[in-house]
Amino acid sequence: MTATVDSPAVAQPKPKKPLFGKKEKRAVLDPLWDHNPIALQVLGICSALAVTVKLGPTLAMCAAVIFVLCASNVVVSLLRRMIPSNIRIIVMLTVISSLVTVVSLVLNAFMYDISKQLSVFIALIVTNCIVLGRAEAFAMANGPWRSFLDGLGNAVGYAWILIAVAIVREVGGSGKLLDMQIIPAAWYSTGVQDPGYINNGLMLLAPGAFLLLGILVWVQRGISGYTEEN
Amino acid sequence: MIALMLAQAPDPNSLAGLTGLAMKAIFVENILLAFFLGMCSYLAVSKRVDTALGLGAAVIFVLTITVPVNWVIYNFILREGALSWLGMPDTDLTYLGLIFYIAVIAAMVQIVEMAIDKYSQTLYAALGIFLPLIAVNCAILGASLFMQERDYSLAQSTVFGFSSGIGWALAIISMAAIRQKLRTANVPASLRGLGITFIVTGLIAMAFMTFSGIQIK
Repeated sequence: MTATVDSPAVAQPKPKKPLFGKKEKRAVLDPLWDHNPIALQVLGICSALAVTVKLGPTLAMCAAVIFVLCASNVVVSLLRRMIPSNIRIIVMLTVISSLVTVVSLVLNAFMYDISKQLSVFIALIVTNCIVLGRAEAFAMANGPWRSFLDGLGNAVGYAWILIAVAIVREVGGSGKLLDMQIIPAAWYSTGVQDPGYINNGLMLLAPGAFLLLGILVWVQRGISGYTEEN
Repeated sequence: MIALMLAQAPDPNSLAGLTGLAMKAIFVENILLAFFLGMCSYLAVSKRVDTALGLGAAVIFVLTITVPVNWVIYNFILREGALSWLGMPDTDLTYLGLIFYIAVIAAMVQIVEMAIDKYSQTLYAALGIFLPLIAVNCAILGASLFMQERDYSLAQSTVFGFSSGIGWALAIISMAAIRQKLRTANVPASLRGLGITFIVTGLIAMAFMTFSGIQIK
């Protein structure tokens, strides 16, 4: 390692890397579909389902994950040459839990209602496998700019699945979206007339989330052609 | 309905109260099936019953230890006014909770691993490889966070830790048994693996919801 750094070949000025070349583009776009962290890599599902009953808290959760993932990737990438490899997990966890503490205090201060609804799930971003997984697999081996893009791509890949699940759950379960009535009130039974529409209560419960995510994964894999053994 | 339950509830620290808490943590509010905690290792390690048993036992073990330990840390160090025994009654270190809990969990996992290695080789052979996985299992951290949020007593947090572990183990073992049977089933190609696991988990969660009306008096 030191020998290569000292050798004259590397000491020459490096060719200038493009700020947004092919590799950077791949770092952002791959996790959106082809290597989606939830649907294909099976990471970060722990917190994915609990917060998706309504769209509002889901959006807050997604913003928190995007911030934590980008920031932790950048910080870990900046520190990567200083972290001894045998204690790297502890260092990464410390970085991540400090960032999550910041997010949770900000939410407490400015969006108290939403932070109450999300309860422990903001704090549980610490053990979200995507964050630690990207720090370990990408940020430890790449520069800060590329790590930032990789964090952004993975966080958005995580966010769109959450948002899709949340939209279906909120519209199906309570007929609302962001607390606005989407299903026309005339469809519901009024006691006099009964047009026959009722909300699907299953959507609001835990099993509904599991079934929906199962179906979403099925559709995503059906289109992208990915299969695995049982 | 919640108000009704509160009105009838026995003293939470009595035997009846603790049994009720245990039943609730195992069946009604199963940490995996109702709160989705510990999904990652649940999905990864539920392919065979024997490994699921090993991981389940390790989770029960670690949860029973870490929740009370974190209770002591929260109530004697972090909580507002908790440091009055040091003569600092105005200090509020609650914001350090997350870092403390994760450090305690990582350290406890390490200590438990070393202790098992020293005293019981057979147990180590069974649990050894699963213990490092557990440090980042959200069920472990989640139980400590619920302990803080719900303001449990020491007895309650011990019972809560233990029975959350039982509930988690129950879910992963039943899932592993189903997945072993599923191997011979003809599942559509892109539904195999993750997709069908989710759908089966949804059905198990639905089955567990039937416990929700039960009350222990």
